[in-house]
Amino acid sequence: MHTRTRRQRRLAAVAGTALGAMLVTGCVASERGDNSGDDAGTFVFAASAEPVTLDPAFANDGETFRVARQIFEGLVGVEQGSADPAPLLAESWEPSDDGLSYTFELKEGVTFHDGTEFNAEAVCYNFDRWHNFEGIAQSPSASYYYNNLFKGFAGDEGAVYESCEAPSDNEAVVHLTQPWAGFIAALSLPSFSMQSPTALQEYGADEIGGTEEAPSISTYGSEHPTGTGPFTFSSWDAGSQVELTAYEDYWGEQGDVTDVIFRVIDDPNARRQALEAGTIDGYDLVSPSDTVALEEDGFQIMPRDPFTILYLGINQAVPELQDVRVRQAISMAIDKEQLVNQTLPEGTELATQFIPPVVSGYNEDVTTYDYDVDAAKALLAEAGIPEGWELTFNYPTNVSRPYMPNPEEIFTVVSTQLSAIGITVVPQANEWGEYLDIMQGSADHGIHLLGWTGDYNDTDNFVGVFFGQPSMEFGFDNPELFNALTEARGTATIEDQLPLYEDINQMIAEYIPAVPLAHPAPSLAFSERVASYPVSPVNDEVYNLVELND
Amino acid sequence: MLQVIAKRLALVVPTLFGLSLLLFLWVRALPGGPASALLGERATPERVEQINELYGFNKPIHEQYLTYMGRLLSGDFGVSIQTGRPVLEEFANRFPATIELSIVALIFAVGIGVPLGYISAKRYGRLPDHVAVVVSLVGITVPVFFLAFILKYFFAVELGWFPPDGRMDARMDATHVTGFYVLDGILTAEWDAAWDAFMHLVLPGIALGTIPLAIIARITRASVLETQGADFVRTARAKGLHDSSIRDRFVLRNAMLPVVTTIGLQLGLLISGAVLTETVFAFSGIGQFLATAIFRRDYPVLQGFILFIAVLYALINLIVDVSYSIIDPRVRVQ
Repeated sequence: MHTRTRRQRRLAAVAGTALGAMLVTGCVASERGDNSGDDAGTFVFAASAEPVTLDPAFANDGETFRVARQIFEGLVGVEQGSADPAPLLAESWEPSDDGLSYTFELKEGVTFHDGTEFNAEAVCYNFDRWHNFEGIAQSPSASYYYNNLFKGFAGDEGAVYESCEAPSDNEAVVHLTQPWAGFIAALSLPSFSMQSPTALQEYGADEIGGTEEAPSISTYGSEHPTGTGPFTFSSWDAGSQVELTAYEDYWGEQGDVTDVIFRVIDDPNARRQALEAGTIDGYDLVSPSDTVALEEDGFQIMPRDPFTILYLGINQAVPELQDVRVRQAISMAIDKEQLVNQTLPEGTELATQFIPPVVSGYNEDVTTYDYDVDAAKALLAEAGIPEGWELTFNYPTNVSRPYMPNPEEIFTVVSTQLSAIGITVVPQANEWGEYLDIMQGSADHGIHLLGWTGDYNDTDNFVGVFFGQPSMEFGFDNPELFNALTEARGTATIEDQLPLYEDINQMIAEYIPAVPLAHPAPSLAFSERVASYPVSPVNDEVYNLVELND
Repeated sequence: MLQVIAKRLALVVPTLFGLSLLLFLWVRALPGGPASALLGERATPERVEQINELYGFNKPIHEQYLTYMGRLLSGDFGVSIQTGRPVLEEFANRFPATIELSIVALIFAVGIGVPLGYISAKRYGRLPDHVAVVVSLVGITVPVFFLAFILKYFFAVELGWFPPDGRMDARMDATHVTGFYVLDGILTAEWDAAWDAFMHLVLPGIALGTIPLAIIARITRASVLETQGADFVRTARAKGLHDSSIRDRFVLRNAMLPVVTTIGLQLGLLISGAVLTETVFAFSGIGQFLATAIFRRDYPVLQGFILFIAVLYALINLIVDVSYSIIDPRVRVQ
């Protein structure tokens, strides 16, 4: 009997709790909008990570830019399907004869998402904002691109930006302290998007630091990004997804997509499975081993034109590698065609130099070292390298980069090819972060795999980054090459730069500081629902141009 | 009783101090730092230096620890390097997801594990027993991530019975009140949202609950077997008590003591299992965030999250101890 009463008491407690819950139910109102269930225009794209912030001035990563490109627009855009700069919020621009000022004619009738008018004053507000970043905002983890491309902030010697003026509503003039041929192309980066001055001020966009040691993002960057793009920010569910809604007063074509959802799925396998299960419409960086299977199952694979370079780095801190004949031999030992066929995605192009073909300054006639095992062996012998010479080969593990989807496989193929000319490869694998530390911060490595994804159409953004200054990665000192790159960078116009870069590419081809292997093409995968997608080599993909099947 | 609890709580404090120091040293011993993880290919030595200076990673380690402890004592757990949000906020955002998942996993584990162990003991040496032993053996040996992957592949991708990832359908427009999505759906009467959130919990819940299920089943079986043969059970039976009465009042109650301990311990282990399960199912809980934090060398998150988990573990242990005294009056007397 005793047990029974206790049980009854327990039952009463459960019933009471349930009743309580039902009462609360009446008190908590659903905030659901009217549009629930209407998914016809919703486009769900899987992102590999969350955006770092929604203020693109403080970002340099692909996932942040992917979201930013929907919300924001810059003065300069990118021509659809290419890497070339094209008018966007500026309808045209005119550099002065000395290359020190640029006059932008602005598009009229454009408003920011908060209703603020887009005009010359807004343009100058943005330029002045970047130039006057202070404290943590100047850190390379925050304003990486401004810091790097405009060479400093207010008060810094060598800062490229001088001032901005607004003679009329739709004309802005930007003054520079020195000629900069890459200025227009650089403005196509999402970091230099035009943001609403009203919203920037209201939500304290530049207040990005709690303490010196712990920078944090601003309210603007987490909740109120305000641009002129085809989509407005709707919500950010931390760790799960970012949602955007079509901007009703958008000046351009609005398209089929009414809502964009960026769903965060960090595991590449999980992204593929989400597409197969139909919970997402598409994802980026499809693993080369998945493309065939996905295509067979009726999914669409869309490769981008390559804007990448994968290379075999050579560290000249290793004495034998200082001999150019040894570097030539390594270059000739590699069968790039086999490497590409076996390990890299469809659409990948063989590399002869360190910039992809779509970048200006590409030299068609550059010296190449064709695959020739015998010649390579002969060169090694000539350089006095004994058969079975041991060479450390560094490669990263557990990482996938757009230019290097599977480092382990690439390593296997290249090291087999090197052993064919009598080199004994000593493998040295490291996890990504540690790997970068060793490559860029120490001389303790041999040959290694690394690469680059271009930010925008700028030759210096490739060759200048690699070979513009002495580095631990390559361990050589070639003042002639450094000077040539400095000169090219400081040349006023693209036309004048072109022959200089063509020469530089030839100079590099003869010097062989590294072996260019391939320009891997990253691919996207979509469900049948997606009729077309604006594929861009520089990832300038805005979803108002996505077409959906009914 | 209260004294016992207070004593136990007091012991937790030095434990946490020690742990905070170990954690602090451990995350800094990981090869590669946050700067290269942040900048990737763009990590030139100068930029790495600049970032290390910004976060104070270039200061002597004891100085860093003192600053860290100073902040910790004032309740400041720092800011995540990868997201720029306070660690406490990140934890609060993701914790409900992991709790929700752990509850489902535990219900699955206890709801099947205890009856399975009991039946197995009751039918000792017969077919049901053999089946239960095999099931629990398989359950213990299958790695969590493998099971998660297989479950997902068959039931989500191939059959489409359950969603493959996340906590809720991306297109679901739901109101969030508490962060526990199923509960939120019930509270706001958005039944479709509650159902959707629940469906998202099924596969990860099974994946996460399988090992605890197997362990609970084995412990229950062994414990019931032992209790069944005890003198007091024989006496009860000799006195002519009804079978169900013997089961409820004597066998189960006594056999449950080791089972409760096991359940308590499993609760703590669930959180570490969640790292793998949440990664496979892109389930945005603390496990998944910890996994990316390790990859990105997000020191403040690693330190903060693991410390929170330790506190939780200590609390769970305390609750287990207290629950002993409720089940077993002998402990109360001691």
